[in-house]
Amino acid sequence: MIEVKKLVKRFGLKTILRGLDFSVQPGEFVALLGPNGAGKTTFLRILATLSRPSIGLVQVAGYKLPDQAAQVRAKLGVVSHMPLLYPDLTAEENLRFYGRMYGIGNMEERITEVLGMVGLENRRKDLVRTFSRGMQQRLAIGRAVIHDPQVMLFDEPYTGLDQDASEMLDDVLRTVAAEGRTVVMTSHDLARAEDLATRFDILSRGVIAASTTQKQLKDTNLLSFYKQALADS
Amino acid sequence: MTNIKSIKAEGGLTEEAHPSFFKATLAIIQKDLSAEFRSFELISAMLVFSLLVIIIFNFALELDVKVRQSVTSGVLWTTFAFAGTLGLNRSMSVEKDRGCMDGLLLAPVDRSVIYFGKAISNLIFMLVVEAVVLPVYSLLYNVNLFRLDLIGVILLGSIGYAAVGTLLSTMSAQTRTREVLLPILLFPVVMPVLLASVKASNGLLTGAEFSEVLTPLNLLIVYDVIFIAIAFMVFDHVVEE
Repeated sequence: MIEVKKLVKRFGLKTILRGLDFSVQPGEFVALLGPNGAGKTTFLRILATLSRPSIGLVQVAGYKLPDQAAQVRAKLGVVSHMPLLYPDLTAEENLRFYGRMYGIGNMEERITEVLGMVGLENRRKDLVRTFSRGMQQRLAIGRAVIHDPQVMLFDEPYTGLDQDASEMLDDVLRTVAAEGRTVVMTSHDLARAEDLATRFDILSRGVIAASTTQKQLKDTNLLSFYKQALADS
Repeated sequence: MTNIKSIKAEGGLTEEAHPSFFKATLAIIQKDLSAEFRSFELISAMLVFSLLVIIIFNFALELDVKVRQSVTSGVLWTTFAFAGTLGLNRSMSVEKDRGCMDGLLLAPVDRSVIYFGKAISNLIFMLVVEAVVLPVYSLLYNVNLFRLDLIGVILLGSIGYAAVGTLLSTMSAQTRTREVLLPILLFPVVMPVLLASVKASNGLLTGAEFSEVLTPLNLLIVYDVIFIAIAFMVFDHVVEE
């Protein structure tokens, strides 16, 4: 579903990604872990078509980037720590706007469906500016799934969420994964990542330093694996 | 654990999303208008600023009737240009501050849709402000501005201003000093539009021969077309990392 080979990303003289290789099978849930500055967000922004690769092959859902970026965007749902919502529009107006940008046909049904999924049916007519951070993040997930994407990218989705909101997000992520969608999530929360993902890739200094799966972790825990991977890199 | 329902689209939603250029552009315009006519943050700032400027000019110049005719176009376009900068800054910072620009860029549409959507919204905001400023100006300066030909020139000048302004405000919004940077970038580039607008408006207000007005009017049309074409071609690169 995602194929990345020898990806390099430079900003001026600074090289962020240094020949990164990465691949994700359909339905896999990959947690991309690593310290600040490792290049996680830059990498996710390239997959999301928000940034161009300097060198290397990037293919998402069978389409090459950057040439087939519009086709890739139609298959992608992206959630970041910013909700990407308009505070002066209501919840349903936000979803309707993004739905129109994706060319969705049965809009009203889909809005009701998505608001139900994120538990905001009773707040559909309320302005987003009146929502708590947790509610905004739930609606942000609704925005990201409005077009029923095959691949979902989550960039630090737990940032700023309280305990209840984080648990709600856990459930949404489990649902997303259970439906066979391909998920890539960056996070600093190793416990949550260990609980949710099926594979763990450690990104350090612009390359994947180590990779393991939920099954391979049986004898150890993710924290030890993470520390060892960073020490070896 | 909360009961999360499936997010799979029940009707087999969109195998491949196909938003049309026109519909996506319209969606951006409607979104901007809905948000603005609910908060009035942008239009109210532009309006208050414009009214203050023409009132200050009114007191500062203490003009007789003849001189009023000759300075009208200059005062009007100075007001529109500075008020327009306020609007452009605000319009793009709404997208940038909460990451909504990324939301727009993630849509599976040609990115020039974003440019045209934002440019038309900005143009509408400018026209709303101008529609309020013109009668107030007419009242204060005792000059009749309700002429179709003059309104046509104001429309052409505003199109050029919004076309360049939207492109440059998208560029400046990505910097920390956007409020300062936008006028510095914008005014030198938009100068031909402003000069042609002032000349054409002045010619119409002072009763000049149509042939004298035709040259700045033609220039204005040419600048509008050129600026829109350039913005259409480069917008994708402007929003790219």
